[in-house]
Amino acid sequence: MKIIVDMDRCQDHGQCVFSAPDVFRLNDEGHLEYEETADESLRDAVEEAADVCPLQAITIEG
Amino acid sequence: MRRIVVVGASMGGLRAAEQLRAAGFTGDLTVVGDEPHRPYNRPPLSKEVLAAEVTHEAVAFRMRASVADVDWRLGMPVVSSDLAARTLTLLDGSSLAYDGLVVATGLRARRLPQPGLEDRRHVVRTLDDAVRLRGCLVPGARVVVIGAGFVGCEVAATARTLRADVTVVCAAPEPLMSPLGPDLGAELRRRHEARGVRFLLGRTVTAFGDGGPASADVLLSDGTALGADVIIEAVGSTPCVSWLDGNGLDLSDGVLCDADLRVEGRPDVVAVGDVARFPNPRYDGVCRRVEHWSIPTDTARKAARTLLGVDSPPFAPLPSFWSDQYDLRIQSFGAPALGCDDIRVLEGDPATECAVGYHRDGELVGVVLLGLPGAIPRYRKQLMDAFTAPAPISG
Ligand SMILES: Cc1cc2nc3c(=O)[nH]c(=O)nc-3n(C[C@H](O)[C@H](O)[C@H](O)COP(=O)(O)OP(=O)(O)OC[C@H]3O[C@@H](n4cnc5c(N)ncnc54)[C@H](O)[C@@H]3O)c2cc1C
Ligand code: SF4
Repeated sequence: MKIIVDMDRCQDHGQCVFSAPDVFRLNDEGHLEYEETADESLRDAVEEAADVCPLQAITIEG
Repeated sequence: MRRIVVVGASMGGLRAAEQLRAAGFTGDLTVVGDEPHRPYNRPPLSKEVLAAEVTHEAVAFRMRASVADVDWRLGMPVVSSDLAARTLTLLDGSSLAYDGLVVATGLRARRLPQPGLEDRRHVVRTLDDAVRLRGCLVPGARVVVIGAGFVGCEVAATARTLRADVTVVCAAPEPLMSPLGPDLGAELRRRHEARGVRFLLGRTVTAFGDGGPASADVLLSDGTALGADVIIEAVGSTPCVSWLDGNGLDLSDGVLCDADLRVEGRPDVVAVGDVARFPNPRYDGVCRRVEHWSIPTDTARKAARTLLGVDSPPFAPLPSFWSDQYDLRIQSFGAPALGCDDIRVLEGDPATECAVGYHRDGELVGVVLLGLPGAIPRYRKQLMDAFTAPAPISG
């Protein structure tokens, strides 16, 4: 599964990090970093991360 | 269960449909909503979207692929219901039968009862409200915001950023008083004042003018008269429950639910989102409505499983809320309102960035951060760990 975050929308809320810490994290400056692909076993967590993003910045492909 | 109908096509309704699919429901799903739009995100309406272009595309919710086959009935309110017969009546007179029902009708904006100046008066709840308001927020426009809760303060900040001339009127002695307490409220007021927003506190609106050229457009309880090109009523909201009248439910403040979000006495009806009044064992047994963005998603996950009879952990969500005003982000976790008698600064300085703790009987029940994004995981974890759900009672 492919993960795309619209970085023009993302405001570093970090909600996604609580749902899928294996895929999303905030770096030392508090900015989002993420994996662009994730294993199928993480689908639930990634779907949940996309749900809880206040800016609806996360899209999942595949 | 062959057919489930969800009433309300906003965040709670969408999340309920998605969670019903995630929990294994393969039958027919119908979502009825009175707004003409597919579900969209409300927080941007008082913030960035209001300052930029207001379109459905800019705020539409991403939808899971699992709800591609949902039958959306939009622009069509449910006007009444017969829960014993399991049927709903829509505005066009048609009826809709269900095996399972999800109540997701949320809230509508409260209006002030005084008549007058209807063409200048606005509320901010729906996309259509925001589109109408956006056109009026021009540089130099005299904007009077009535109410200083989160929506009022955010709209004031946005209108000011668009270089309108902004006055906020509110009955309480400080803005955001009841959720945050007087000290943080005063601090936020100072930040607004530094940007040029004027506050008239401890006053209420008594009348609106007649719109004549020299008219006093907004009259206040202390005799103050204000001129206004745009009047924004941000005085809270009322649950949309009239379509449930006549079924013997407790509708005194939203719809009363049990700890599994079942509408009382009805095994085939659940409620989600802003309209649901439910107990949270994290705090006590009192049923409350929670108007936070995190709640539709949390309640949908639980309510879908309750309706389908699928096991799920006890429901004890940690409410969370945020607000953006100018360049400041306010972030809240837990239930600060329950700990307003004992408020302590936990770290930092309220004049810049800080964490504030709200305590009940000496125990931390809520944290509000002004800025300090790096501290979020720490406080969130502390509040999460402060409560361990009791094991479900078997039998
Ligand atoms: C301007 C604004 C800014 C906000 N900002 C924040 C924020 O920064 N942070 C935060 O945490 N929360 C914020 N919120 C709160 C958050 O948006 C709500 O908690 C959330 O929208 C609740 O979703 P819901 O689906 O339960 O209810 P709603 O979004 O109210 O949806 C209910 C839907 O049901 C429809 N409906 C009502 N009656 C009927 C009927 N009889 N038949 C059919 N359909 C019906 C309504 O038209 C509506 O579309 C904000 C809210 C607003 C309005
Ligand atoms: S939740 Fe959304 S806004 Fe927040 S960091 Fe993740 S992608 Fe960015």
